[in-house]
Amino acid sequence: MKKNKVVKLALVGNPNTGKTSLFNQLTGLNQKVGNYPGITVDKKLGKCKISEELTAEVIDLPGTYSINPSTLDETIVLDTLLNKNNSSFPDVVVVVAEVENLKRNLLLFSQIKDLKIPTLLVINMKDQMQRKGISIDIDKLKDELKSEIILISARKKLGIDNLKKEILNYKNWDTTPIANISDKIDADFFKEVENIFSDFSLYKSWLLITQQQHCNFLNKAEQTKIKKFTENKEQIKRYQHKETIYRYQKINEILKKTYLVDKSKATDLRSKLDKILTHKVFGYVFFALVLFLIFQSIFSWATLPMDFIDKMFVDLKVLVKNNLPAGTLTSLITEGIIPGVGGVLIFIPQITILFAFISILEETGYMSRVVFLMDKIMRRFGMGGKSIIPLISGTACAIPAIMASRNISNWRERLITILVVPFTTCSARLPVYAILISIIIPQKHVLGIFNLQGLTLMGLYLLGFTAAILSAILLNYVLKIKHKSLFAIEMPNYKLPSVKNIFYTVVEKVKAFITGAGSIILAISIVLWFLASNGSTNFKNAKEIVSNQNKNINISKKELHKKIASYKLENSYIGMMGKTIEPVIKPMGYDWKIGIALISSFAAREVFVGALATIYNVESDNNNTSTIKQRMASEINQQTGKKRFNFATGMSLLIFYALAMQCMATLAIVKRETKSWKWPILQLIGMSTLAYIISVLTFSFLN
Amino acid sequence: MGSTIADLKIGECGIIEDFSLNAIPLKLLEMGCLPGQEVELLQVAPFKDPLYIKVNGSYLAIRIETAEKINIIRL
Repeated sequence: MKKNKVVKLALVGNPNTGKTSLFNQLTGLNQKVGNYPGITVDKKLGKCKISEELTAEVIDLPGTYSINPSTLDETIVLDTLLNKNNSSFPDVVVVVAEVENLKRNLLLFSQIKDLKIPTLLVINMKDQMQRKGISIDIDKLKDELKSEIILISARKKLGIDNLKKEILNYKNWDTTPIANISDKIDADFFKEVENIFSDFSLYKSWLLITQQQHCNFLNKAEQTKIKKFTENKEQIKRYQHKETIYRYQKINEILKKTYLVDKSKATDLRSKLDKILTHKVFGYVFFALVLFLIFQSIFSWATLPMDFIDKMFVDLKVLVKNNLPAGTLTSLITEGIIPGVGGVLIFIPQITILFAFISILEETGYMSRVVFLMDKIMRRFGMGGKSIIPLISGTACAIPAIMASRNISNWRERLITILVVPFTTCSARLPVYAILISIIIPQKHVLGIFNLQGLTLMGLYLLGFTAAILSAILLNYVLKIKHKSLFAIEMPNYKLPSVKNIFYTVVEKVKAFITGAGSIILAISIVLWFLASNGSTNFKNAKEIVSNQNKNINISKKELHKKIASYKLENSYIGMMGKTIEPVIKPMGYDWKIGIALISSFAAREVFVGALATIYNVESDNNNTSTIKQRMASEINQQTGKKRFNFATGMSLLIFYALAMQCMATLAIVKRETKSWKWPILQLIGMSTLAYIISVLTFSFLN
Repeated sequence: MGSTIADLKIGECGIIEDFSLNAIPLKLLEMGCLPGQEVELLQVAPFKDPLYIKVNGSYLAIRIETAEKINIIRL
């Protein structure tokens, strides 16, 4: 048997070069997303069979224009390439460049090559060369760069085999640096730098000096060695500038000899599309249409699969209940686990559709135009153009949305975005809205065409959005964080989206949701079940107590069972909790049963519906399959004798759910992303206080 | 007073001046915004911020506060 060797391979490249397409081609479904220790950036790893004897462990590093990092994502690239103790420290680096902007891509390539790690240049989109009138003298370019070069088309799967063949040969690659920075800038200074570490390349030592704040992997002795060089910050900055200019000069010289563009063949698609899509008026009109299309699709396409999932879990519950012997375990499965899992899975259709759209917008290059259009407007609220992506994503789920804020390089803008995203109407609120609206708002049309229920739903979306904007303005005014950072985004060329890339993005986001939120939702569902099926001594003796109370009254057996169940619920732990908070929530128009549902909503908001279902199910005993809506509509307020879910209570609940911070999973993610409990606690208190006040006002005004 | 990128009108070009070197952030340099390179203003968002420019083969959007610091010679 042959021994299988493993080589660690890192994919590096500018954004929009098709690096991720190549990663998907190499690894297929053989990929997983992990975490970098200590920080929150997702780490994309995959396995690829290079030959019978050699397997590559491929890491897809975040897109970057240079090794000098300016965002959290980019520090990963630096750490992976410099830190020998990093578990992904590569044996081989493959730099993915795009044929059209080879010059800028070569800057990154030249930096990495100078680290003296075996590095291969892959030029992607070779299928576009002819159309764009580009010709490259590959042999000459290989000579000039002292490197092997492979032309590929990741989308059309061209050249992948050649790439694998070349990787087999990596030990023979030339590792001579491209740019000799020492001669051109300050020979004496760099001579000293070169001598700091005998086993590092000059450029690596220089990077350790310039990026000292990001290099926390150095040991004490190494820190001391570079200390002397890091003191003159002004000089470092000057030399970094000079280095970059020198690299570009060198690259220009090389490309002059090897790279030719026939300008007559250049198409004008970009400028034609940009004229409309970035136009001061039409640009915004188009963006509004895109948003409308997205939300329209989410609603019309997601309903069917969501209903299907819902029904499936109800059926499953009945099936299990009828076929397993009654007991604690069966109760746990049917009342705790099945509704819990169902409550997680029901969001997948909406998250899938939304992220498919967002991924299409990013793939086509349109998202950068949106960022361009929205930047100034968003800055009035203390955010930036890039905040638009988390805010749109937030309409599916705040968890992937908050994670999507990572590419905002300005910390202040990123923080404000993270803090206000949970106000946007996420899909967990929709089941709550849907059921309450259908109970309190009549199915009528106003002005002939507008559906009153639909208008209410739209109003709630607007309420969430307004709350997000207003609190952003407030935070912008209050937060005293100064963070200067450069806003410079690339406006990539327009291209057709790749189905494969969209598929992988969606799979990744759904996985992130299931692992981020799913486990918490499921865990709280089980806790909830426990709290509802256990209680004080009164709970245990419910049967006797209720029977005794009703000894002298003539009631049917069925009535008695209902009374016992009701008594049990009142005296369960969760009933006790609900009763404890009843005085606090009464001004909002709620009773202890709604209180239970509110407490349960800390798992995730939609648990409100499930919790009420559980509460009323338990109470109505054998009436499991009756739909929760009818049950809620018929619930009577014991004090007034009128319906519990009347207009005032319903509106107050709708507003509470629109504004309150109720999602534990979101709080956990905010803690992770901001590395502090301060912000999630601020969010919890701020949002919930606001929700409480407005709900109390609403209820007292309407009642 | 010399001109900066912020003074260009849509469709106009300029050459980035050498002494802008210290004003241009490293990241912009790395993205191709180098002294001596021709820069063209392609589009502006409302209130002339951000600006959409083409420089050295790269298409970039930058905020006006950055654009105002980059001196150019008008063409």
